[in-house]
Amino acid sequence: MHSTVIVGAGPAGMAAAVVLARAGEHPIIVDEAEQPGGQVWRKPAAPLQPALARILGRAAAAEHEQAHAEFASIAASVDHRPRHLAWNLQGGELFVIEHRRIRPLRYGALLLATGATDRLLPVPGWTLPGVFSLGGAQTLLKDQGALIGRRVVFAGASPLLYLAALQYKAMGATVVAVLDTTALPEKLRATPALAAAAPRVLARGLSYMARLRAGGVAIFHGVTALGIEGQDYAERVRFRCSRGAEHDLAVDAVALGFGLRAETQLLDLAGVPLAFDVDFRQWLPIVDGDGRAAPGLYAAGDGCTIGGAAAAAISGRLAAYAILADRGVAVPATEVAMLRARLARLRAFQRALSRAFAWPAHWLADARDDTVLCRCENVTVGVVRAAVAAPLGPREVNRAKALTRCGMGRCQARFCGLATAELMAHALAAPVATMGRHRSQAPVKPIPLDATLVDEDTP
Amino acid sequence: MMPAKPRLVRVLDRTAASATITIDGDVVQAFAGESVLVAVLAHTTRLRTHEVDGAPRAGFCLMGACQDCWVWLADGHRIRACTTRVVDGMAVLTGPPAGPADA
Ligand SMILES: Cc1cc2nc3c(=O)[nH]c(=O)nc-3n(C[C@H](O)[C@H](O)[C@H](O)COP(=O)(O)OP(=O)(O)OC[C@H]3O[C@@H](n4cnc5c(N)ncnc54)[C@H](O)[C@@H]3O)c2cc1C
Ligand code: FES
Repeated sequence: MHSTVIVGAGPAGMAAAVVLARAGEHPIIVDEAEQPGGQVWRKPAAPLQPALARILGRAAAAEHEQAHAEFASIAASVDHRPRHLAWNLQGGELFVIEHRRIRPLRYGALLLATGATDRLLPVPGWTLPGVFSLGGAQTLLKDQGALIGRRVVFAGASPLLYLAALQYKAMGATVVAVLDTTALPEKLRATPALAAAAPRVLARGLSYMARLRAGGVAIFHGVTALGIEGQDYAERVRFRCSRGAEHDLAVDAVALGFGLRAETQLLDLAGVPLAFDVDFRQWLPIVDGDGRAAPGLYAAGDGCTIGGAAAAAISGRLAAYAILADRGVAVPATEVAMLRARLARLRAFQRALSRAFAWPAHWLADARDDTVLCRCENVTVGVVRAAVAAPLGPREVNRAKALTRCGMGRCQARFCGLATAELMAHALAAPVATMGRHRSQAPVKPIPLDATLVDEDTP
Repeated sequence: MMPAKPRLVRVLDRTAASATITIDGDVVQAFAGESVLVAVLAHTTRLRTHEVDGAPRAGFCLMGACQDCWVWLADGHRIRACTTRVVDGMAVLTGPPAGPADA
C-alpha cells in the first residue's frame, strides 16, 4: 500500500507533491507526459531544448524555471512516473499503463490533478488539416519548437487567444488576425469584477491585446459566422465582424479554442457526483473547498474547477494539506487560511473571465446541418438534429450517442460532448443541464489491446 | 496538381541528434525528441484519412486528448503521433499496412 498517489504532474500535482514531500511523505506521481509541468509549465523534450525564454518571454520563463526547480528539489522523496497513463479507477485501485504493461496501484489517498483540455465548438471546416486546438498550437511551440503554420488565425473565445498569438508572432509567424467571438461590451461589463479579483492578471491580459495591436495585428471582437475552407487543407477563414461586414482571410493554419473543459473521467469512474456549473457551462465534480471528493479521494486544479495555473497550484497545496489533516497530521492553520483566501479570489477571477469570454453556445441553434459535430465518428449536426426531431427521439446525450454514434469515438466525447448537449437543448427548447453528460468509460484513453497485467511491485 | 506543401514549421534550431525515419517509404530526417506528428507534418500535409469519409486528417489537440492523430507502423502497431517520439529507423505509414492477402 502506497500512502499517496497523485495523477497529473501539472501545477496542481507538482505543488501537492512538494507539500507532501516536505511533510516527510513519499508520494507517487503518475503522468502520461514525458516531462512534468502539465499544460502551462510544459517543458520541451530533453534533446530538443527549445529556448523557452525566446518563446515565453523572460518573466514567464523564469516562473516556469522556478516551478520546475522546486519540483526537482523534492525529487529524492517523490516517485515520479512519466509516460504512465492512469486509465481506470475501480475497487480502490488505480490502473496505470506504461508501454503495454498495466499495473494496479493501491493507495491510502488518491489525488486527481488531471487538468483540462480545450473546449471546442464545431465550426464548418474544423476537421481540415491545418486547424488545431488553441492549446495545441501553444503546446506544439513549447514542447516541440514548431508552429502550426506561417499565416495563422487565432479564433474562439479565450484570453489565451491573445497570449498564443503573441507567442507565435514572437517566433516569426504572421498572425493574420485574432477573431474573438465575444463582444467588447461583454468584456467591459466583466472588467470591474476582474479588476477586483486579480488586477495584475487583468493588466497582463490587457497588455497582450495592446502589444498585438501595436504590432499591427488585426483584432476583431464579436465575430460570428466563422467558417474554415480549403481543398485538403485550411486555406481561408470566413467570418462576419460586429459591424456586419463579411471577411475572407487567406491562411495556412487556424488555432481554435473556446476556453477549457475539465478532465473529470477518473472522478466520474470513482462515482464522485458531478454538477452542472452555469458559469463554466460544464459538469464539474462536487468537492469541498480543499478538494475532498470522497473518503481517501481528492481533486485539485483545472480537472476540478477551471481556475488557471496559479489557482491550480494553490488548490494542489490545499488538497495535500487536506490529505495530511485527514491522517491526523497537524497542518499550518494560518497558511491554509491564506491559501483558501487566495484561491477564492483567483476562482472568482476565473468566473468573471468565463462571462467575459463566454463560449457562444447559442451558435449551435443555427449551426449548419453539414457541419461535423463528432470528429471521431464524423457525425454531423444535421444527423443529431434529425434524431432529436424524430418521434421518441433522444432527450439525453447518451441516448443520442447510442442512436447516432455522436460521442462514441475514441476521444470519449471530449471534443463534441458539451456542444452536443447545447445543440440538443436548442432543438428541444430545454435547459442544457437536462441533456445530461456523456458517462465516462474505462479506459479513459485508448490502451493497446496486447497490454499485459503485471503485479504492482514488478519493476 | 502540385502536391500540397507542408505547413508545419520548425522554428528553433535543432541541436538534437537527427533520426532517420521513413514516411510511406520516403526517407525523412527528423530529430531525436520530436513527436511523430511533427516529423510527418513537416514532410507532408496529412497524417491519415478518416475511416468514414476518406477526408484527410492531421490531428487536432496536439496533446493526446482527441485521438485524431493515430498512424501505423510498418509492423502493424498503431501509435498516437502527437505523443510518440520518433526513433531512428521508424517506418511510419499514413494508412494501414497492406494485409498478407495483398502483400
Ligand atoms: C494547452 C493549454 C495551454 C494553457 N496555457 C496556459 C497559460 O499559458 N497560462 C495559464 O495561466 N493557463 C494556461 N492554461 C490553463 C491551464 O490548464 C492551467 O492553468 C494549468 O495548467 C492547470 O494546471 P493543472 O495542474 O490543473 O492541470 P494541467 O496543467 O493540465 O496538468 C494535468 C496533467 O495531468 C496529466 N494527466 C491527465 N490525465 C491523466 C491520466 N489519466 N493519466 C496520467 N496523466 C494524466 C496530463 O498529462 C497533465 O500533465 C492552458 C491550458 C491548456 C489546455
Ligand atoms: S492530436 Fe489529438 S491526440 Fe494527437
